[in-house]
Amino acid sequence: MNISLNLRAAVGRAYPRIIGALREPSWTFFDVLLPLLGIAAYIFYYRALGADPSFEGFVVLGGAMTAFWLNVLWGMASQFYWEKETGNLQLFLVSPMSRMALLAGMAMGGMFSAGVRALSTLLLGIIIFNVHMMIADPLLLVAVFLVTLAAIYGMGMMFASLFMLYGRDAWNISNLLQEPIYLVSGFYFPVRSLGPWVSAIASIIPITLGLDAMRQLLFGAQAQGFLPVTTELMVLCVLAVVFLVLARYALRYMEELGRKEGRLTLRWQ
Amino acid sequence: MAVSDHLRTLRHATWLGWQMESNWTRPWLFLIYSIARPIAATLILVVMFLVVKQGVATDPLLFSYTYLGSAFFMFVAQVMMGATMVIMEDREHYQTLRQLYIAPISLRVYIIGRAMSKLVLTSMSVVISIGFGIVVLGLPLDLAAVDWPLFTAAMVLGIGCILAIGIALAGITFLTAKHSSGINEGIGGAFYLFCGTLFPITVLPAWGQAIGMAIPLTYWLELVRRSLYPGGGMESIGGLGQFSSPTLLLFLLVSSLAFLAASTLIFRFADRRARQAGKVDMTTSY
Repeated sequence: MNISLNLRAAVGRAYPRIIGALREPSWTFFDVLLPLLGIAAYIFYYRALGADPSFEGFVVLGGAMTAFWLNVLWGMASQFYWEKETGNLQLFLVSPMSRMALLAGMAMGGMFSAGVRALSTLLLGIIIFNVHMMIADPLLLVAVFLVTLAAIYGMGMMFASLFMLYGRDAWNISNLLQEPIYLVSGFYFPVRSLGPWVSAIASIIPITLGLDAMRQLLFGAQAQGFLPVTTELMVLCVLAVVFLVLARYALRYMEELGRKEGRLTLRWQ
Repeated sequence: MAVSDHLRTLRHATWLGWQMESNWTRPWLFLIYSIARPIAATLILVVMFLVVKQGVATDPLLFSYTYLGSAFFMFVAQVMMGATMVIMEDREHYQTLRQLYIAPISLRVYIIGRAMSKLVLTSMSVVISIGFGIVVLGLPLDLAAVDWPLFTAAMVLGIGCILAIGIALAGITFLTAKHSSGINEGIGGAFYLFCGTLFPITVLPAWGQAIGMAIPLTYWLELVRRSLYPGGGMESIGGLGQFSSPTLLLFLLVSSLAFLAASTLIFRFADRRARQAGKVDMTTSY
């Protein structure tokens, strides 16, 4: 394995995403404004219901984390579908780099652009809606956040492999994994409200446990946590490793299948 | 152009839209893809309600208010976006917009026709959502008591208004590249926030209420709720209790006509500018 080549490939793939996020300031305006509208609607909804103010914090945190989940869906999972549509996929496949390096570059660049959006959403949400958060254990919070990112982007890498051969399925599956995941992963309310079985099954999606753990660290007992934070962190570590390994195997298998079926360059399916 | 020509364009565009939406997979899978997302969005609100209120019975009126608002907002999200995505798809993805320009049809009628397939799908989602609400969640809705004439009038005007806004946004899409989806989603998000979709507009600050009162969809949602719950107290919580239903219908009609006029002007201006700037067949790898 040529480490230098693969590092350059990863950096090269991350570069346009980072530069792209900064090149057009008006995109940042939309990236920041749009999530705030939805967040504001949910916050006013909680106010209409007479909910405890901590619920408004759940909404702001969940709204910020949607940036990463959307990036995983549209910037990772369905990315090879887009690359195929624009004719780039075949160029990637004939180059000598590792496919995992390419995916890692996509993930790094995506994390940056989504991070800008998430951070701005979080800060503006806190300022505008006067949300109070108490960071109980900053190091643990950072650890949970980073491992959650590793796990969800690992999941995105695995999906990218599976979506590589899909046509419009990729677009529709990504659509399908938005609101339904917001629902079962408890983006805007404690996931424990859905019951232990639904919460346990939803924990396969790393952002479920990640959000629950972060809520516990920021809002304490009001977060109504599902599992102890350390347990959730350990499960997230396992999920991160499992998804990355599965992504590697899935990528190899799907590329081989695509070559056999001649679907790697098939557009407009 | 004769009315019969427009009707033919509408029919074929609707059929084309339906085929483009559905011809790539099996019907049951297509149905799942089409309705799962909007229904899940409604269920998020249901869970939020239940987490705070512990049950529908604790505040059935507010639950009905939110549930119906969320269900009927699907029309805004899907039909309006459907109209604007036509330009993006036909210009950039399928690259057929130039052929549409030289065909003897009205482009606006074609866009409305393409949006009709979304309208059909969304209607199914709304009916399923409301059925689910009644059967599973205990949504207190008596279909025999519904004021159907008022409901029909509100829906006709409301959908017309949504299409008018969609046409205006389609026009703006002529002049934009990647921004268009942001503009569309932003406007959809603003309607979601300010039109009393999830909560009575009285919860908003005064300036937010003023914005809500300037958007016809606020009156549409209020009328839909009132028609589904005649005399059920919706007037008392929606923040528009000082207006009677006929007055709201008049507001909706006048504001919809104003939006239609504005939409026509925006579309014509954008169309002319797009031709002048050579943007009709622009591709930006969106």
